[in-house]
Amino acid sequence: MDTEEIYQAVSEVCAEILGVSPDAVTASALLRDDLGADSLDFAELAMALEDRTGVSVPNGGFAHVKTIQDVVDAVRNHEYPVTS
Amino acid sequence: MSSRTRVAVTGIGVKSPVGNDIQTFWSGLCAGRSTGRRLSVLDGMDVPIDFGCEVTGFDPSEYLDAKSIRRTDRTTQLGFAAAADAIADAGLTDIDAARCAVVAGSGQGGTKSLEDEFYALVKGGYHRVNPNWVPMIIVNATAALVSIRYNYLGPSLAIATACTSGAHAVGEGARLIREGSADIAVAGGAESPLAPLTISAFALMGALSRRADDPEHASRPFDVDRDGFVIGEGAGFLVLERWDHAVARGANIHAELTGYGRNSDAHHMTVPSPDGAGARSCMELSLRDAGITPDDVVHINAHGTSTPLNDATEAAAINQLFGPRDLPVTSSKGSTGHLIGAAGAVEAVAAVMAVKEGLAHPTANHVERDPKCEIDIVSGTPRKIARGPVISNSFGFGGHNATIVFAPSSW
Repeated sequence: MDTEEIYQAVSEVCAEILGVSPDAVTASALLRDDLGADSLDFAELAMALEDRTGVSVPNGGFAHVKTIQDVVDAVRNHEYPVTS
Repeated sequence: MSSRTRVAVTGIGVKSPVGNDIQTFWSGLCAGRSTGRRLSVLDGMDVPIDFGCEVTGFDPSEYLDAKSIRRTDRTTQLGFAAAADAIADAGLTDIDAARCAVVAGSGQGGTKSLEDEFYALVKGGYHRVNPNWVPMIIVNATAALVSIRYNYLGPSLAIATACTSGAHAVGEGARLIREGSADIAVAGGAESPLAPLTISAFALMGALSRRADDPEHASRPFDVDRDGFVIGEGAGFLVLERWDHAVARGANIHAELTGYGRNSDAHHMTVPSPDGAGARSCMELSLRDAGITPDDVVHINAHGTSTPLNDATEAAAINQLFGPRDLPVTSSKGSTGHLIGAAGAVEAVAAVMAVKEGLAHPTANHVERDPKCEIDIVSGTPRKIARGPVISNSFGFGGHNATIVFAPSSW
């Protein structure tokens, strides 16, 4: 998946899981403050994104995400794990 | 009348196989409508029994947003909706949130979610398990959701006493008001047990009717041809209110909750005590609590599950306590099936309606009285009853008993 496709998938899944308008889901939108996400939502997002993208983000992989862009980055980084 | 705090019933709500609003529910009961049918939710499942009583035409989105629906079991959705209807019926606005309590009964909690996620674990591993599972299956989920959504800050409690849960919730709710812990108690029960593991287990223990060729007539309380109960889902809630609080705000009072008895058989996990000794004693306790004698009672909404043992035992207990007289007895379960932890609450609503309307609804599917049940069963058509106290019985696995007494507000 290219970044655009991942962004599209993240946007749609977040709108559905968080029950918000797709228009509100912008790259800089804050999941907690702008979109009303709580801790249970993050676990649901991980599962729904796995279904949608085939990328499995391990437990806690979304622990530090703040914005929609952070979610996109997390999915992309697990699709192409960074090797050091 | 003693100086004890009086408890008014100012709101009622149901989601049941026989109706999702009070009018449809009561007219269905009075028509003796039967709701047993094949369950499509069990299609393709390896189950010994494939029929029950479903709530149809219920749309949770009329009560909850999409996220809340995803995060709640059907038990809680039904329970919340019935509670919301009762609260709306009571017209509760501008009340002191700290003085509002919630008591919700359920035998098993979120049964369907519990079973579904077990399959998910086995099939896909732990990371495929719904992260909302714990708040979905806990028995207190309904009580919690009502408190959260209505911002009720008083005691919020769950009761799990199998088939007596709903009745205990109503009775304990009344006690919270009597003891001064609350002015208002939203009290009831909810259960959605129509899932394969639960149905299989109830069937294997011999509790369920095997009348698969005629599910509509399978729930037939006190009938000579009964062969077990028909499992069902639903919810019932009452708004109980301190009498003077209800009067001061000009509330419409449906009935008064005048008595509550509860005890334990202390006998066996699934078998009632011999000759219904526990049931009889429970009814006596409720009458004493209400300050009345057996002769004052005008109608009994029986537990009447349609199992050979319960109905014979309950009839014996009624006979012993009330003696040979024309005391109309009915069982709502002929229409609704057995709603497990919701049954006592839904039947409490039926008892309130009987008080209000002066009518005992018939026992659906009751054709020929079992000679072992020497009581006066209302069947066929509703029967007029005198103005007076009506009692509602509930008896659960584990030997938990409860009887609630309702009376007309000016009795």
